[in-house]
Amino acid sequence: MLQAADVSFVYGPGQAGLHGVSVDVPGGGLVGILGPNGSGKTTLLRVLGGMLPAASGRVTIDGRDLWRISRRDLARQIAVVPQETRLSFEYSVLEVVLMGRYPHLGAFELESQDDVAIAREALAATGTLALEHRLFPTLSGGEKQRVVIASALAQSAGLMLLDEPTAALDPGYQVEIASLLRRLNAERGVTMAIATHDLNLAAGLCRQLVLLREGRVIASGPTDQVLTRESVRALYDVEADVHYHEAAGHLTVVPLRRIRARD
Amino acid sequence: MSLRRRVFFTVLLFGLMAVAACVFAPMVGSAPISLRRVFDRSVPFADNADAQIFFISRLPRTLAAALVGAALAASGVVFQALLRNPLATPFTLGVSAGAALGAMLAITFPISLAFAGVSTVPIASFAGALGAVGVVYALSTVRRHGLSTNVLLLAGITLNAFFSSLILFIQYLADFSQTMRTVRWLMGDLDVGSYAPILAALPFTLLAFAVFAWLPRSLNLLTLGADAASARGVDVLRTQRLAFFSASLATGAAVSLGGPVGFIGIIVPHLVRLLVGADHRVVLPASTLFGAAFLVVCDVAARTLIAPMVLPVGILTAMIGGPFFLWLLIRRG
Repeated sequence: MLQAADVSFVYGPGQAGLHGVSVDVPGGGLVGILGPNGSGKTTLLRVLGGMLPAASGRVTIDGRDLWRISRRDLARQIAVVPQETRLSFEYSVLEVVLMGRYPHLGAFELESQDDVAIAREALAATGTLALEHRLFPTLSGGEKQRVVIASALAQSAGLMLLDEPTAALDPGYQVEIASLLRRLNAERGVTMAIATHDLNLAAGLCRQLVLLREGRVIASGPTDQVLTRESVRALYDVEADVHYHEAAGHLTVVPLRRIRARD
Repeated sequence: MSLRRRVFFTVLLFGLMAVAACVFAPMVGSAPISLRRVFDRSVPFADNADAQIFFISRLPRTLAAALVGAALAASGVVFQALLRNPLATPFTLGVSAGAALGAMLAITFPISLAFAGVSTVPIASFAGALGAVGVVYALSTVRRHGLSTNVLLLAGITLNAFFSSLILFIQYLADFSQTMRTVRWLMGDLDVGSYAPILAALPFTLLAFAVFAWLPRSLNLLTLGADAASARGVDVLRTQRLAFFSASLATGAAVSLGGPVGFIGIIVPHLVRLLVGADHRVVLPASTLFGAAFLVVCDVAARTLIAPMVLPVGILTAMIGGPFFLWLLIRRG
């Protein structure tokens, strides 16, 4: 569905960009992009979402180059969920979700009953319908993140890019968001690419992983094969215990100690 | 209530308020006049004292207040959305400081730019405003492709301070009567004297308003941040440019007409948001109309509070606005 082939991007001297990165996000897939801070995860996500033009290489969705597609048309195919959303004004939850309908409306067109129905449905799918009249800034972190995911759902795009969707949340909300994402992928067929440094979130959620370090892909493939003690060491410079957790039903990673200080 | 009806009723309500203020304001003053005699066609205009007071002495001032109030309130809304900062004002980015510098130069040095019935000072201040806008924009785009709102904000604040120093320098060179005039200009006054300056400011303001009409939906999305707005289909750079230049144009026109009348651009949008919510499709038209009504009423108060003296309206709005701004800060916690 979404493919990046040999993509490079350079910010400036001393800053990690992307160097010949190739990623394949198959339709219906759930792909995790893992890497330490500053490894280029967010940059890659922005390039994949067409928000940042790649300096070289191609990014295509269903075979079409992203840069050939208008912002509006792209927004009907790709939705983005950032790590944290702060609003400078007090919009209601429903208003925030209706913002997802932007690419479907003309410049002076107001949201129709259909648009409101789609927004409510997205709220229901994320378990936030009861919050629709609340003001967004008054919500808790987990509620906000679910509403932002609802707003992305209301875009009716087949692909969702998520940047550290659980990093700002406590463990309760982390589990909740993970199960929400799993459900949206399974029941609605929403394709997802998730950038995270939470190894256990990725292990439990993603079927495929891309490991990114200093702007380069050091491994990619099915989660069971890619997530190993060796790859974790190569990615983070930590000695870790990687084993199958019976109760969780997926691989878990317990970092044990730092191997060498990062320069 | 559907959005369509919300927009309709809000515009109707605030529109009526603005019209009522504009009709009521010229009736108030030291000489009592009656509307019936003002519009009495049987008396020729030359003999109709009520009509002369209404049309020549008071209506220009009222219309100037309405235009300045509408322009400053609307550009306040646009700047707050553009900078994602509810405490931004139309003067945050240095437009008014540039206008003030232009006005100072025109008052202090013997230059004449008078054109089509408009005197030198408004034209010089408008030129100063445009100059400041150009400098701030150039600074905000120099470091990278696109428009950085952080740099925009810092460039604006720095330019405000720099222009203030130039203004002080020019004032130091000026003689006493020139300094008096510049101080009066800085207070913000709507004593425009005739219709000519209003008509001169009108096309710029209307052009800005035409752009504003296109903006509200995109401004809503900008609130989410540039990346999130872009991901929802907004052409962020185009929206930012249109918002910046149109709001600057309206502010420049308003300041060259009435001087830097403070706090309208922050009081009005916040009161309106308290009443109608955050959606810019409602907030922007409502603030435009309420801004007109608000400044017209403030000007009536400025004319009558210590009559027969006429207070510059900018002093009054600043006295209301300062405490209001502090209240906003505290309320936001």
